[in-house]
Amino acid sequence: MIHEGQRAEGRGQKASMSAKTITVNLKVWRQPAKDQPGRMVDYVAKEISTDMSFLEMLDVVNEDLMRKGQDPIAFDSDCREGICGSCGCVINGVPHGPDAGTATCQLHMRRFTDGQTITVEPWRARAFPVLKDLAVDRSAFDRIIAAGGYISVSVGGAQDANNILVPHDLQEQAMDSAACIACGACVAACKNAAAHLFTGAKITQLALLPQGHPERELRVVRMVEQMHAEGFGACSNEGECEAVCPKLIPISNIAKMIREYTRAVWAGVKS
Amino acid sequence: MTLDGKIPAGPLPEKWERRKFENKLVNPANRRKYEIIIVGTGLAGASAAAALGEQGYRVKAFFIHDSPRRAHSIAAQGGINAAKNYRNDGDSIYRLFYDTVKGGDYRSREANVYRLAQLSVDIIDQCVATGVPFAREYGGLLDNRSFGGAQVSRTFYARGQTGQQLLLGAYQSMLRQVDAGNVTLYSRREMLDLVVVDGQARGIITRNLITGELERNEGQAVLLCTGGYGNVYYLSTNAINSNVTAAWRAHKRGALFANPCFTQIHPTCIPVSGDHQSKLTLMSESLRNDARVWVPKNKGDKRAPDQIPEPDRDYYLERRYPSFGNLVPRDVASRAAKERADEGYGVGETGLSVYLDFKEAIERLGIEIIKARYGNLFEMYERITAEDPYKVPMRIYPAIHYTMGGLWVDYNLQSTIPGFFVLGEANFSDHGANRLGASALMQGLADGYFIAPYTVANYVAAATLPKLSTDHPAFQEAAVNSQARIDRILNVKGKRTMRQFHRELGRIMWDYVGMARNESGLRTAVDNIRTLRDEFWKDVTVPGEKNNMNPALDYAGRVADYMEFAELLALDALHRNESCGGHFREEFQTPDGEARRDDDHYSYVAAWEFTGVGAQPVLHKEPLEFQEVHPSQRSYK
Repeated sequence: MIHEGQRAEGRGQKASMSAKTITVNLKVWRQPAKDQPGRMVDYVAKEISTDMSFLEMLDVVNEDLMRKGQDPIAFDSDCREGICGSCGCVINGVPHGPDAGTATCQLHMRRFTDGQTITVEPWRARAFPVLKDLAVDRSAFDRIIAAGGYISVSVGGAQDANNILVPHDLQEQAMDSAACIACGACVAACKNAAAHLFTGAKITQLALLPQGHPERELRVVRMVEQMHAEGFGACSNEGECEAVCPKLIPISNIAKMIREYTRAVWAGVKS
Repeated sequence: MTLDGKIPAGPLPEKWERRKFENKLVNPANRRKYEIIIVGTGLAGASAAAALGEQGYRVKAFFIHDSPRRAHSIAAQGGINAAKNYRNDGDSIYRLFYDTVKGGDYRSREANVYRLAQLSVDIIDQCVATGVPFAREYGGLLDNRSFGGAQVSRTFYARGQTGQQLLLGAYQSMLRQVDAGNVTLYSRREMLDLVVVDGQARGIITRNLITGELERNEGQAVLLCTGGYGNVYYLSTNAINSNVTAAWRAHKRGALFANPCFTQIHPTCIPVSGDHQSKLTLMSESLRNDARVWVPKNKGDKRAPDQIPEPDRDYYLERRYPSFGNLVPRDVASRAAKERADEGYGVGETGLSVYLDFKEAIERLGIEIIKARYGNLFEMYERITAEDPYKVPMRIYPAIHYTMGGLWVDYNLQSTIPGFFVLGEANFSDHGANRLGASALMQGLADGYFIAPYTVANYVAAATLPKLSTDHPAFQEAAVNSQARIDRILNVKGKRTMRQFHRELGRIMWDYVGMARNESGLRTAVDNIRTLRDEFWKDVTVPGEKNNMNPALDYAGRVADYMEFAELLALDALHRNESCGGHFREEFQTPDGEARRDDDHYSYVAAWEFTGVGAQPVLHKEPLEFQEVHPSQRSYK
């Protein structure tokens, strides 16, 4: 949910569907492959309709590059509806750019002004190595989930769904955490490259629900250990992650994770 | 070739039970000896990987994304149907079955659909047990809503993110099997060919999208779960990377392609704003539960919507379909919007949109309730259009959304190639000529969690599957072929980008093979597709190399396959001289403009055999028999 304040700040420009065209100056991180050095390269994007999304603008730049026989800018993107979590780059120093609660694919060019310079960089974190240009490897997130971010129920023989009662408000809180799209912006925003918000969101969702309680302690211990093993940093409580999360997941999820972790460790649970 | 649907004997409600009992079993200790290849990790693929892993099979899961959770199932908004009858409003397995067969315009297999309705109940139980946060009532019980043309409330949902939550549930269950060592993930891999040895599917060739390396993967069965082909229209609600490549290459290896002309146009999408547009965004049709669709009564009425008084508005769905009103099925709602726009009553700058108005609902229910129900959809709309739908009616227009056609499978979800199974949207089986809302998620999970684990096990138990090395000539040949195609694309070195070609192909498809089709248009489409395909191979430019990450090359390969597949789609539409579901032929309509089916001549599945690029494919027919539901004209009046 976007709050009114953020809405005013983030999407205040009530331009209509009647689009303008603008020119923007891009400085884009180009890196040919994982183990090679990269650098910022300048591009001018002309005749950009303000109705375009940010990624559609990059599509246009890439079309031009390809027509000139040059290698287009590599970036991940898929659903372009802000739900798959594939896309994301650091735009003018901010993961996913200037709009609160907005993934890169849902950022529109009406947010930028004619002649503006825009820097575009990949997520930077030891645990997210750059593969090429703006595309990074986020498989560390999958390994964190594989370390216990699930409920151990095999197919077959599940009880009737309505036998598990979940109070409405609890369910809503769980859903707030479950909304995470694993884009990695939280890691990119954090000066420590911590993955606490991502990990905390899944731990919170599963800890709130009545299902899967027998494995609740083991889950948090294993997931937190995996998170550290992947090379993500520590949390120093600055809230940068929450500020850039396209799903506006709050850092109370981190507090919940730490409570869960402490509780489990005090209970003597080891992975 | 005779197409045997392998439908079990006996009355409908007992067929699946009977098939499960007939199936051969694999001893638990032997299961780890079987390697099962799964391509695609959306709802169907992830749930199949989880279920087969849980049983003890060794599963290799391949996907084009960086993480299995990116699959496009994640974008489904509205919900998932199940015949739970928690509302006590007259729902039952039989009614869900009946609605789905009727909604599919009598072009699906009764036995498959009945099984789907039966399994719908288990799906909800399974998903809740794995922690999917479905919406709840204050008493803690599951909430339901009515959806997409159903007269009962049988749709379970998780805000506007049901697909996301179901996919994450299946993904987590799959990762649990990764943790257990039963499933291995292969990220950023694209399937380029199916390897068939002695008539059996025994492996796939994949391209590692980071290194460019071609890889040979061997297994005892291959499950294709790669979704639909909506992006052949260029603009669709599909994700940018959704593609037909894996299915098409399998088709070229002998798997028949069924009913490709059954494509679904979703009525409530955000209209196109310009040439730069890379995709269309769907607004869940749950919006139609509370909104009213209208256009001005007078052509060219340029007044702002709030300046147009009630008598000057045409609530055309309510007018034409008084009993279903704004909740008519997708195909009917889409065609009605097109009809108004074609007649010159459309709104917006392009005239290619209609209003979806919440004013009355906001007055009746209050803004808070509307916000709770549709808040995230309103946000999304505003983000894209910069218009506030709480104040101004939304503007919507139909867009390609889902494809009912797909690779032909029998009741066991096995294609015409033994050992090659097709699940989810990639197959053709359950939705006939039109899919009802909240049924795609249901089918994906039914196929993956509950059907394939039984039928694949039966296959590996019964088949003779000799040991095989990836040096086998069949692997060699497939790898060489895949490499040759990549080299051919890179060597064209022309002037036009693959996106230009894709956009042009999309325009042909939308203009001539879109919401309304006719014979001469379809012939034009076939000609134009062939010409464009020739131009592609003479003039496409793909920069970069084959031996590293090259998204442009990946994309060009997919466009090349669309160029071939598009022709089959058009030919199928041309051969089907009737209107049914998503396939509307202008020559075949009733005097009041409704679809006119021809059950005497077209009550069959059209399964096409590949005979070469540009060559006439061979048609095989699987007759459809209706024992329970008697085909009638669908009426929503």
